[in-house]
Amino acid sequence: MRVNFTVNGRPQEADDVWEGESLLYVLRERLGLPGSKNACEQGECGSCTVRLDGVPVCSCLVAAGQVEGREVVTVEGLADQARQRARGDARGTSLDEAKALAAGGQESPAGEGTGAFPHAALSPVQQAFIDAGAVQCGFCTPGLLVAADEMLERNPSPTDADIREALSGNLCRCTGYEKIMDAVRLAAARQGEGV
Amino acid sequence: MPSDSAPLGTPSKVTQGSPGSPAQGGIGESTLRPDGTLKVTGEFAYSSDLWHEDMLWGQILRSTVAHAEIVSIDTGEALAQPGVHAVMTYDDLPTEVRNYGLEVQDTPVLAHGKVRHHGEPVAIVAADHPETARRAAAKIKVEYRELPVITDEASATAPGAVLVHENRADHHIGHVPHPNILHRQPIIRGDADEAARRAAVIVKGEYHFGMQDQAFLGPESGLAVPEEDGGVHLYIATQWLHSDLRQIAPVLGLPENKVRMTLAGVGGAFGGREDLSMQIHACLLALRTGRPVKIVYNRFESFFGHVHRHPARLYYEHGATSEGKLTHVKCRIVLDGGAYASASPAVVGNASSLGIGPYAVDDVDIEAIALYTNNPPCGAMRGFGAVQACFAYEAQMDKVARRLGMDPVAFRKLNAMEQGTVMPTGQPVDSPAPVAELLRRVEAMPLPPERQWESSEGVDVRQLPGGLSNTSHGEGVVRGVGYAVGIKNVGFSEGFDDYSTARVRMEVVGGEPVAVVHTAMAEVGQGGVTVHAQIARTELGVARVTIHPADTRVGSAGSTSASRQTYVTGGAVKNSCELVREKVLDLGRRRFGTHHPAWAAAELLLEGGKVVTDGGEVLADLVDVLGDEAVEVEAEWRHRPTEPFDPRTGQGNGHVQYSFAAHRAVVEVDTELGLVKVIELACAQDVGKALNPLSVVGQIQGGTAQGLGIAVMEEIIVDPKTAKVRNPSFTDYLIPTILDTPTIPVDVLELADDHAPYGLRGVGEAPTLSSTPAVLAAIRDATGLELNRTPVRPEHLTGTA
Repeated sequence: MRVNFTVNGRPQEADDVWEGESLLYVLRERLGLPGSKNACEQGECGSCTVRLDGVPVCSCLVAAGQVEGREVVTVEGLADQARQRARGDARGTSLDEAKALAAGGQESPAGEGTGAFPHAALSPVQQAFIDAGAVQCGFCTPGLLVAADEMLERNPSPTDADIREALSGNLCRCTGYEKIMDAVRLAAARQGEGV
Repeated sequence: MPSDSAPLGTPSKVTQGSPGSPAQGGIGESTLRPDGTLKVTGEFAYSSDLWHEDMLWGQILRSTVAHAEIVSIDTGEALAQPGVHAVMTYDDLPTEVRNYGLEVQDTPVLAHGKVRHHGEPVAIVAADHPETARRAAAKIKVEYRELPVITDEASATAPGAVLVHENRADHHIGHVPHPNILHRQPIIRGDADEAARRAAVIVKGEYHFGMQDQAFLGPESGLAVPEEDGGVHLYIATQWLHSDLRQIAPVLGLPENKVRMTLAGVGGAFGGREDLSMQIHACLLALRTGRPVKIVYNRFESFFGHVHRHPARLYYEHGATSEGKLTHVKCRIVLDGGAYASASPAVVGNASSLGIGPYAVDDVDIEAIALYTNNPPCGAMRGFGAVQACFAYEAQMDKVARRLGMDPVAFRKLNAMEQGTVMPTGQPVDSPAPVAELLRRVEAMPLPPERQWESSEGVDVRQLPGGLSNTSHGEGVVRGVGYAVGIKNVGFSEGFDDYSTARVRMEVVGGEPVAVVHTAMAEVGQGGVTVHAQIARTELGVARVTIHPADTRVGSAGSTSASRQTYVTGGAVKNSCELVREKVLDLGRRRFGTHHPAWAAAELLLEGGKVVTDGGEVLADLVDVLGDEAVEVEAEWRHRPTEPFDPRTGQGNGHVQYSFAAHRAVVEVDTELGLVKVIELACAQDVGKALNPLSVVGQIQGGTAQGLGIAVMEEIIVDPKTAKVRNPSFTDYLIPTILDTPTIPVDVLELADDHAPYGLRGVGEAPTLSSTPAVLAAIRDATGLELNRTPVRPEHLTGTA
């Protein structure tokens, strides 16, 4: 079958999709977007988390046919989405950040981000994960970023319990979660300060 | 059609450090990961992300029974499926080398006449869609004639027991009491029976440690691409490229130089990628079909596709004087190695040599064995061998302290080893061993407040056992506090030639001096690439460092395991940088030696892109010294040699370094429902020197969380009657979520080991040891129960087991 849907703001068409294929498979194998990860294929690990019409879902549990006509945002689209939020939505975002984000595309060398002037090509939560040491093997990172980004959009000042609840569907085996907590706190704080 | 085009997802060089910036990011700084940006944008290609335009998908058919003769295999229907390009069984293997293994080559590439465990590979399929391959594999008809299963020590050594491996010819067979025992290591020192007479109290205990899975999130996967010269290029997630290569090439019938290997992105490892998984299968299918073949396990298959942590039964006897000094320890540790050897011999070596823990005891009688059974094969997992022992000896330490009426921490401190203590192996500890200090530090940390679930707005059920299941508002909930400390060896022990290789190149690129570091080290998430760049900056005084992808075009780096990579490959990078520095200085002397007398006389350093004297005087810019020349060195580096343990007495200088960590666990237990919430898991660890403090703390927290997992939730359940795995999924095998994992405050101590590069100590494993017994001790403290097995389940706490 053919599936038409929007991924990270761009219309996409996937052909020859077998009815049993998941949204995750179509993203990874047919659309060349392997950022969403497959670690359990049964909705337990959250590594494949994407937003479907704004709602975080495990894309391994969504049949590809179900996304016909709908909007999907993956980790590959997080930075763009943050930029759009910065332009169109004043919540927690300063003019400076909007300018910095709009300037975009200015690749600074990998891993050299700083707190005060986040990497322009990254969303605040992506930058915070790097800065806080929340990335080790990184396999869980895309799903966690999508989930954390969605929570911070809903709840700009989360308590620790809020963060744990929001991320409880995402398994990480490397970090013991402490640096992930630090990263989300950092992203929330920077958002609050408008940097 | 062989293809030389590189697949999508081929790793590329990563350069870190801004042009023109001062040379920050040396050792001791919390430099950020060079691959961090790629990993947060989704661009970092893991082995499961590789893609080649004409690739096929491979699938493995695995045995549905644990122990059986294979009567027949019929592949006809599978081969006839549209889209299927190849089906292979044992009979299709190209050479006489049809087994592989880390130390003992006892593992069939594909089963031959017999399967020895549930999930053993029997046949492989290549097809044009992964689902086609799966369905075709399901159409292969295998007829089994089931054999009795060996599942534990009693069935393994019973009179007339079926042998898991007949006609053993490995080098352990000469010193084991039964062919179903793979390896045995006794360690005898002093006279434990005589010393027992001095004991005021003697405590005996029997313990059971469950089977733990590494549960790395990135499944086993890789892409094999056939090449024009008849060879193959394998892009793979592994812990040790050259060890894989040594095992793969003979099975394919290729010389090692025709099997090229490149490390693809690795989604965690924790020991589970030390053995081969799909490597040979993908290469076989690629060479058979002439097409690139990708294999990606799903989670179900991953549970069958790698070795696990050995489950163990441990029998201990401790004695102590009335003043609280240990008189002796006797122990017997029975590790279930499952169907194939894997790393079992090393696990036995660790369990025995570290079997009494970080304590000074002169009279010991230790024995560790690994069984061959029809259970899933077990091998390396973070802390291998030392983890199981620590769970038992720390439970014993608490019991002895209680019998003596002593505080458990005070009792441990009284018996703590220190620098100069002689190990049960007769090896003196010749670097700091701050066991008592780590206990003191972890005990001194402030405790989380009592009834922490209460807030001004009432009870927050999320902070209680049961959480949002809303099973308690605090009634029936009791707190407990427990302590534990452990000792782990760092690096490969027992006489293994444990070396690494680093190629370092220095040249001017874009008007800047740049160092390129090329090793075969498997970056599995630990941050080795970060540390290599830091070492190069410190040693070569450059800002920009390029990390070359790991592959087999450079010499072996050894395994990313045993907490060894920062020590050994870090040491190799440091050594090669020093050799490069000497060459650069020689170049400088030739070019500018006549300009300044200091070139000949002074101790010269490379700092901030310049050659400087030890007095800080600048002699030249590196850009001018290097000019158009590139200076390159590839060199091997070794730590101090070790010795094998004597097979009868266990004596020998078997270890190169030790790593120590202590934990304090605070738990709250709903005693009515048997639910446990770990409130805090504090750790103090000596790391010698933290090359990257942020990464060190990340390792300690991650290791601590894995120890928590095997304390209260994780266990592979193997049916004792059928030896079949009952819970191969993340629905049924539970690893800690962010809700299960508490805050993990970390106190890092840095007492240099003068034998090691920069004084560093391997850090990755030690925190996995003491975390588990600390949690168990805390649950015992809360409930008063004996709890001699881990993990603890609700039924063990409610008396309904």
